[in-house]
Amino acid sequence: MTPSRASAGRVLDLSGLATYAYGNRSLMWWGTLGLILIESTVFALGVVTYLYLRERTAEWPPHQQLPSLLYGTVNLIIMILSGIPNQWTKRAAEQEDRRKVQVGLLICLIFAAAFLVIRGFEFGALHTAWNDSAYGSIVFALLLLHTVHLATDFYDSAVLTVLMITGPISGKRFVDVSENAFYWWFVVASWVVIYATVYIVPRLT
Amino acid sequence: MTEHRNSRETQRPQPGEEGRQWLDPPGFYGWLTTVDHKRIGRRYIVTAFLFFACAGLMALTMRLQLARPNGHLVGPDFYNQLFSTHGSIMMFLFAVPVMQAMGVYLVPLQVGARNIAFSRLNAFSYWMFAFGGIMILTVFALNTGPEAGWFSYVPLAGPQYSAGKRQDFWAQMITFTEAASLIVAIELIVTAFKLRAPGMTLNRVPLFVWAQVVTSFMVLFAMPSVMLASSFLMSDRLVSTQFFNPAEGGDALLWQHLFWFFGHPEVYIIFVPALGIISAIIGTFARRPPFGYLALVLSLVVTAFLAFGLWVHHMFATGLPPLGMSFFTAASILIAIPTGVQIFCWIATLATGGRLEIRTPLLFVIGFFFIFIIGGLTGVMLASASLDSQLHDNYFVVAHLHYVLIGGAVFPLFGGVYYWFPKMTGRMLSELAGKWNFWLFFIGFNMTFFPMHILGLDGMTRRIYTYDAASGWGNLNLLATVGAIIIGLSVVVFFANVLVSMRSGARAAPDPWGGKTLEWATQSPPEPCNFPRIPVVESRYPLAEPELAYVTGLPTQFRAMLVTRLHDAAPDHVTADPYPTIWPLLSALATTVFFIGTVFTPWGLVWGPVPVAIALTCWFWPKAKEVEIQRRVEIKPQAARPAPVLRAGATP
Repeated sequence: MTPSRASAGRVLDLSGLATYAYGNRSLMWWGTLGLILIESTVFALGVVTYLYLRERTAEWPPHQQLPSLLYGTVNLIIMILSGIPNQWTKRAAEQEDRRKVQVGLLICLIFAAAFLVIRGFEFGALHTAWNDSAYGSIVFALLLLHTVHLATDFYDSAVLTVLMITGPISGKRFVDVSENAFYWWFVVASWVVIYATVYIVPRLT
Repeated sequence: MTEHRNSRETQRPQPGEEGRQWLDPPGFYGWLTTVDHKRIGRRYIVTAFLFFACAGLMALTMRLQLARPNGHLVGPDFYNQLFSTHGSIMMFLFAVPVMQAMGVYLVPLQVGARNIAFSRLNAFSYWMFAFGGIMILTVFALNTGPEAGWFSYVPLAGPQYSAGKRQDFWAQMITFTEAASLIVAIELIVTAFKLRAPGMTLNRVPLFVWAQVVTSFMVLFAMPSVMLASSFLMSDRLVSTQFFNPAEGGDALLWQHLFWFFGHPEVYIIFVPALGIISAIIGTFARRPPFGYLALVLSLVVTAFLAFGLWVHHMFATGLPPLGMSFFTAASILIAIPTGVQIFCWIATLATGGRLEIRTPLLFVIGFFFIFIIGGLTGVMLASASLDSQLHDNYFVVAHLHYVLIGGAVFPLFGGVYYWFPKMTGRMLSELAGKWNFWLFFIGFNMTFFPMHILGLDGMTRRIYTYDAASGWGNLNLLATVGAIIIGLSVVVFFANVLVSMRSGARAAPDPWGGKTLEWATQSPPEPCNFPRIPVVESRYPLAEPELAYVTGLPTQFRAMLVTRLHDAAPDHVTADPYPTIWPLLSALATTVFFIGTVFTPWGLVWGPVPVAIALTCWFWPKAKEVEIQRRVEIKPQAARPAPVLRAGATP
């Protein structure tokens, strides 16, 4: 570009720019990050509410009914292990290997489905109901919040999987797969925090 | 100056292939399906002003009721609904959305983008906002309006003291409006971060855009709090959770903490965009760049941070520990500093610029100075926990909050509407009507709200539906009511001015005020793609340059938008803005059924999401024809040519 200001019709020729890009170059990455900021705030406030109510209650949990560790811990392990196929799929997407992406997404879906099934047992193992006490309410709320994230991510991953199998796809759909995997990491990380709050905090005296 | 305008006029580009890509389908279907940020921004603003008018009529009814002692116009139950709905609409359906709507319209234009980021979500956000507002007005008309104040304190708003569905609808209105607001916040951040014209480094971003970015970050961290709180409230009411029930380990103050953790930043979410409007107007009318760009930007950021450390000052009357009170008193006084910095910067700009031509936009800004400073002073008074406990819940607080909100936000907003109306419609608003609008508003406002300071000091509590003649409050209340009628007249003048000027106002040139930011480089109103040729930015005030350089070589087979890097706005890649579609509207309708369903049955939570999921899937699913075109012109990241380097600009 010419530095002269007087010359008429100065132009910046941008032909040949990429029509999509990965990671923080893409709009989708920033949109996902915005969503993660919102959801993190919700989770943080949920955890703060838990601690606030705990601070104001003599017996926490009421009647010493601790939540059973088993299902929550199994889910913690599933969640952390799911990071492997998740990252593998993300890399496959960035290499634009459609076959590998299809396989990867299916494996991720199996992990998410397993988690959701066990989540059903988790609610039963809390040993409280949402309407028993404020303790029950906040524990249910935290678990439900996380389940909503999981269920929506499960559903949109499923839609994405079908799309990657049937088409029609263009290059930028691989960006969607990559960002979907980025969001999954948030679902994993939030479960570590919620798990610690729901299962470990009541065991601290 | 004239020369300048003319030269830009001759540069007006002919609509080419780019222009055709951005056309909406014709007629009503196009109206329903558009994803153009200008059309959506405009209707967002119009809708918010309609809600403003409704809430204003509610205020007028309250003033008529209070005009004389022992008034009989309305009963206590309806009065409760009046003030609760008035406050809720003004805060959730007018003040926040209208400010964000100004951003939806202006931010893409000011940064040189062809549309807002995530334009379909933008359409969805508007419909959610509109449906939430229609819902709350409908239930108000059916005698089911909210009744526990705009902050809906428990236990008053809880299952025990508020039977029926009134508070459930209030809580669901929160869900609608906050969802809409959060979506817009993300769009504006991404637009300002990634869609800026090449060369618009962070140091060259217009002050109004900075204000919108700061506000959007506040929205991201504040709004979730009230959504969580209102969800807890609804579940306490509908499925007997115990969040706020002290008998079962719950806590009523939890509501206040969660609400005000949102509620205080909320005030700044309304106020900070107004600061951006003021900077834009002052810069233009003072005929010089605003003094202290960096100080102005940093003040916005500091205000946003401090705003999150003040919430407890709404709770001084709840018996908190003295150390906490002292902390929040200090923090509340501290926030006067960044505001003061900005006011001094503006005064310096006005004092050192060219000869001031007092047109309506500037008049409203001057009105802001006067009213907002009074509101700020009473704010510093109320920041003191000891004084606050005396004045809590009385008319002094009502006076204060209207001085800061109307003075701090509504006056600049009106100024902003007069300033940008020519850009939005291609017509000028009448100056004469504008002056009437201003003076009626200014006089009426002070007549209404100044006496409330005195009434408050005299012990008149807020939210009472009537008072006794022996109190001696009659005359000041009458004065306030007359003032409210004058405000009403002023708003009628405003609406009339808008309606008449839209049809027969003077035609507006592309840059009628001599503005220096990029929105004035477009036609008035801008064509659908905003910038057929995307400008290259070489200084903070691009239109102060003798000539703009332009980008060429972008694809014309789809709606091409240029994505640039966050810090230096160097060209990075091209992205496709989506075409118009009906699915955001249908998704919003499905979500409305879902939200309203949950007011009546918890099963709404189970079945409601199904149609939403179907609609969202149809929204997402790509069209084979569009994918075909994309594939044909696709350039993969690894195959792309590196973007040419921009000349390093010495002038900021």
